[in-house]
Amino acid sequence: MTSVSVFFGLLLLAAFLCLYRLWKGPTAPDRTVAIDILGTLVVGFCALYAIHTRKAFYLNVGIAWALLSFVGTIALAKYLEGKPYDE
Amino acid sequence: MSELIGSILIGIGVAFDLLGTIGLVRLPDVYNRLQAATKCVTLGTCLILVGAGVAGGGSMAARSIICAVFILITSPVGAHALARGSHLGGVKLWEKSLVDKYEEDAQQIKRGLQQGEGNSAAARGESS
Repeated sequence: MTSVSVFFGLLLLAAFLCLYRLWKGPTAPDRTVAIDILGTLVVGFCALYAIHTRKAFYLNVGIAWALLSFVGTIALAKYLEGKPYDE
Repeated sequence: MSELIGSILIGIGVAFDLLGTIGLVRLPDVYNRLQAATKCVTLGTCLILVGAGVAGGGSMAARSIICAVFILITSPVGAHALARGSHLGGVKLWEKSLVDKYEEDAQQIKRGLQQGEGNSAAARGESS
Protein backbone atom coordinates (compact mmCIF):
# COMPACT_ATOMS: atom_id res chain seq x y z
CA MET A 1 0.00 0.00 0.00
CA THR A 2 1.75 3.13 -1.17
CA SER A 3 -1.14 5.29 0.03
CA VAL A 4 -0.09 4.62 3.63
CA SER A 5 3.11 6.65 3.17
CA VAL A 6 1.08 9.57 1.77
CA PHE A 7 -1.14 9.40 4.87
CA PHE A 8 1.96 9.35 7.08
CA GLY A 9 3.20 12.51 5.37
CA LEU A 10 -0.11 14.32 5.78
CA LEU A 11 -0.36 13.38 9.47
CA LEU A 12 3.21 14.59 9.94
CA LEU A 13 2.21 17.91 8.38
CA ALA A 14 -0.72 18.13 10.83
CA ALA A 15 1.65 17.39 13.72
CA PHE A 16 3.97 20.17 12.56
CA LEU A 17 1.03 22.59 12.49
CA CYS A 18 0.34 21.58 16.11
CA LEU A 19 4.00 22.19 16.95
CA TYR A 20 3.75 25.64 15.37
CA ARG A 21 0.86 26.50 17.70
CA LEU A 22 2.83 25.04 20.62
CA TRP A 23 5.79 27.25 19.77
CA LYS A 24 3.86 30.40 18.90
CA GLY A 25 0.82 30.25 21.21
CA PRO A 26 0.46 33.51 23.13
CA THR A 27 -1.05 32.03 26.31
CA ALA A 28 -0.57 28.83 28.28
CA PRO A 29 -4.01 27.34 27.37
CA ASP A 30 -3.10 27.60 23.67
CA ARG A 31 -0.09 25.41 24.29
CA THR A 32 -2.16 22.99 26.36
CA VAL A 33 -4.69 22.65 23.51
CA ALA A 34 -1.82 21.96 21.12
CA ILE A 35 -0.44 19.22 23.41
CA ASP A 36 -3.90 17.64 23.70
CA ILE A 37 -4.39 17.59 19.92
CA LEU A 38 -0.87 16.25 19.41
CA GLY A 39 -1.68 13.34 21.73
CA THR A 40 -4.76 12.48 19.70
CA LEU A 41 -2.72 12.67 16.49
CA VAL A 42 -0.17 10.21 17.90
CA VAL A 43 -3.00 7.68 18.38
CA GLY A 44 -3.75 8.07 14.67
CA PHE A 45 -0.06 7.49 13.93
CA CYS A 46 -0.20 4.28 15.97
CA ALA A 47 -3.21 3.03 13.99
CA LEU A 48 -1.50 3.81 10.70
CA TYR A 49 1.66 2.06 11.83
CA ALA A 50 -0.34 -0.99 12.90
CA ILE A 51 -1.83 -1.16 9.40
CA HIS A 52 1.60 -0.62 7.84
CA THR A 53 3.32 -3.42 9.75
CA ARG A 54 0.26 -5.72 10.09
CA LYS A 55 0.83 -6.04 13.85
CA ALA A 56 -2.09 -5.40 16.21
CA PHE A 57 0.38 -4.71 19.02
CA TYR A 58 0.73 -1.05 18.05
CA LEU A 59 -2.97 -0.47 18.73
CA ASN A 60 -2.28 -1.32 22.38
CA VAL A 61 0.26 1.51 22.33
CA GLY A 62 -2.47 3.77 20.96
CA ILE A 63 -4.93 2.83 23.72
CA ALA A 64 -2.32 3.49 26.43
CA TRP A 65 -1.32 6.77 24.79
CA ALA A 66 -4.95 7.96 24.67
CA LEU A 67 -5.39 7.13 28.36
CA LEU A 68 -2.23 8.95 29.47
CA SER A 69 -2.97 11.94 27.23
CA PHE A 70 -6.45 12.25 28.77
CA VAL A 71 -5.07 12.17 32.32
CA GLY A 72 -2.43 14.75 31.44
CA THR A 73 -5.00 17.05 29.85
CA ILE A 74 -7.24 16.91 32.92
CA ALA A 75 -4.27 17.64 35.21
CA LEU A 76 -3.21 20.62 33.07
CA ALA A 77 -6.79 21.93 33.02
CA LYS A 78 -6.93 21.81 36.81
CA TYR A 79 -3.58 23.60 36.93
CA LEU A 80 -4.83 26.35 34.59
CA GLU A 81 -7.90 26.81 36.76
CA GLY A 82 -5.62 27.73 39.63
CA LYS A 83 -6.97 25.27 42.18
CA PRO A 84 -5.00 22.91 44.39
CA TYR A 85 -4.88 19.30 43.25
CA ASP A 86 -6.41 17.60 46.30
CA GLU A 87 -10.08 17.93 45.33
CA MET B 1 -12.11 -4.95 -1.10
CA SER B 2 -11.88 -4.35 2.65
CA GLU B 3 -8.43 -2.83 2.08
CA LEU B 4 -9.95 -0.33 -0.35
CA ILE B 5 -12.74 0.64 2.08
CA GLY B 6 -10.21 0.93 4.89
CA SER B 7 -7.95 3.14 2.78
CA ILE B 8 -10.84 5.43 1.90
CA LEU B 9 -11.85 5.74 5.58
CA ILE B 10 -8.25 6.43 6.60
CA GLY B 11 -7.96 9.06 3.86
CA ILE B 12 -11.09 10.87 5.05
CA GLY B 13 -9.78 10.73 8.62
CA VAL B 14 -6.38 12.17 7.67
CA ALA B 15 -8.12 14.98 5.77
CA PHE B 16 -10.19 15.80 8.88
CA ASP B 17 -7.03 15.80 11.04
CA LEU B 18 -5.28 18.16 8.66
CA LEU B 19 -8.24 20.57 8.50
CA GLY B 20 -8.55 20.54 12.29
CA THR B 21 -4.91 21.47 12.79
CA ILE B 22 -5.20 24.20 10.15
CA GLY B 23 -8.07 25.55 12.27
CA LEU B 24 -5.78 25.30 15.31
CA VAL B 25 -3.26 27.54 13.58
CA ARG B 26 -5.61 30.00 11.87
CA LEU B 27 -8.38 30.83 14.37
CA PRO B 28 -8.12 33.86 16.64
CA ASP B 29 -8.49 32.81 20.31
CA VAL B 30 -8.24 29.80 22.62
CA TYR B 31 -11.92 28.84 22.56
CA ASN B 32 -12.23 28.94 18.76
CA ARG B 33 -9.05 26.92 18.40
CA LEU B 34 -10.20 24.39 20.98
CA GLN B 35 -13.55 23.92 19.28
CA ALA B 36 -12.22 23.51 15.74
CA ALA B 37 -9.28 21.32 16.65
CA THR B 38 -11.11 19.04 19.08
CA LYS B 39 -14.10 18.31 16.88
CA CYS B 40 -12.14 17.70 13.69
CA VAL B 41 -9.29 15.73 15.23
CA THR B 42 -11.58 13.51 17.29
CA LEU B 43 -13.64 12.55 14.24
CA GLY B 44 -10.53 12.17 12.09
CA THR B 45 -8.69 9.90 14.51
CA CYS B 46 -11.80 7.79 15.05
CA LEU B 47 -12.13 7.39 11.28
CA ILE B 48 -8.47 6.38 11.03
CA LEU B 49 -8.99 3.77 13.74
CA VAL B 50 -12.17 2.43 12.14
CA GLY B 51 -10.40 2.27 8.78
CA ALA B 52 -7.51 0.37 10.35
CA GLY B 53 -9.99 -2.05 11.88
CA VAL B 54 -11.78 -2.58 8.56
CA ALA B 55 -8.53 -3.13 6.68
CA GLY B 56 -6.90 -5.30 9.34
CA GLY B 57 -9.80 -7.43 10.58
CA GLY B 58 -9.69 -9.88 13.48
CA SER B 59 -8.03 -8.76 16.70
CA MET B 60 -6.97 -5.49 15.08
CA ALA B 61 -10.64 -4.61 14.52
CA ALA B 62 -11.53 -5.29 18.17
CA ARG B 63 -8.67 -3.21 19.53
CA SER B 64 -9.24 -0.30 17.18
CA ILE B 65 -12.96 -0.20 18.04
CA ILE B 66 -12.07 -0.10 21.75
CA CYS B 67 -9.59 2.71 21.11
CA ALA B 68 -12.07 4.67 18.97
CA VAL B 69 -14.80 4.47 21.62
CA PHE B 70 -12.31 5.54 24.27
CA ILE B 71 -11.22 8.59 22.27
CA LEU B 72 -14.84 9.44 21.47
CA ILE B 73 -15.61 9.51 25.21
CA THR B 74 -12.50 11.20 26.62
CA SER B 75 -11.73 13.87 24.03
CA PRO B 76 -14.84 16.05 24.60
CA VAL B 77 -14.39 15.70 28.37
CA GLY B 78 -10.81 16.93 28.11
CA ALA B 79 -11.80 19.80 25.83
CA HIS B 80 -14.55 20.88 28.21
CA ALA B 81 -12.17 20.78 31.16
CA LEU B 82 -9.63 22.84 29.19
CA ALA B 83 -12.21 25.48 28.22
CA ARG B 84 -13.46 25.73 31.81
CA GLY B 85 -9.93 25.92 33.17
CA SER B 86 -8.82 28.61 30.76
CA HIS B 87 -11.97 30.70 31.38
CA LEU B 88 -11.59 30.47 35.16
CA GLY B 89 -7.89 31.14 34.76
CA GLY B 90 -8.72 34.50 33.21
CA VAL B 91 -8.04 34.09 29.49
CA LYS B 92 -10.00 36.76 27.59
CA LEU B 93 -12.24 36.09 24.60
CA TRP B 94 -11.46 37.49 21.16
CA GLU B 95 -12.42 41.18 21.01
CA LYS B 96 -15.01 40.54 18.28
CA SER B 97 -16.82 37.84 20.29
CA LEU B 98 -20.42 38.84 20.99
CA VAL B 99 -21.67 36.92 24.04
CA ASP B 100 -20.03 35.21 26.99
CA LYS B 101 -22.76 33.26 28.78
CA TYR B 102 -20.26 31.42 30.97
CA GLU B 103 -19.19 34.65 32.72
CA GLU B 104 -22.07 34.57 35.28
CA ASP B 105 -21.38 30.96 36.20
CA ALA B 106 -17.66 31.71 36.41
CA GLN B 107 -18.25 34.57 38.86
CA GLN B 108 -20.41 32.29 40.99
CA ILE B 109 -17.81 29.53 40.94
CA LYS B 110 -15.04 31.96 41.89
CA ARG B 111 -17.09 33.35 44.82
CA GLY B 112 -17.86 29.81 45.94
CA LEU B 113 -14.19 28.95 45.82
CA GLN B 114 -13.20 31.95 47.90
CA GLN B 115 -15.90 31.27 50.52
CA GLY B 116 -15.50 27.53 50.46
CA GLU B 117 -11.77 27.38 51.12
CA GLY B 118 -12.15 27.50 54.90
CA ASN B 119 -15.18 25.19 54.85
CA SER B 120 -13.58 22.57 52.62
CA ALA B 121 -10.45 22.58 54.78
CA ALA B 122 -12.65 21.99 57.84
CA ALA B 123 -14.52 19.21 56.03
CA ARG B 124 -11.27 17.50 55.11
CA GLY B 125 -10.14 17.76 58.71
CA GLU B 126 -13.35 16.15 59.96
CA SER B 127 -13.38 13.37 57.43
CA SER B 128 -9.77 12.43 58.09
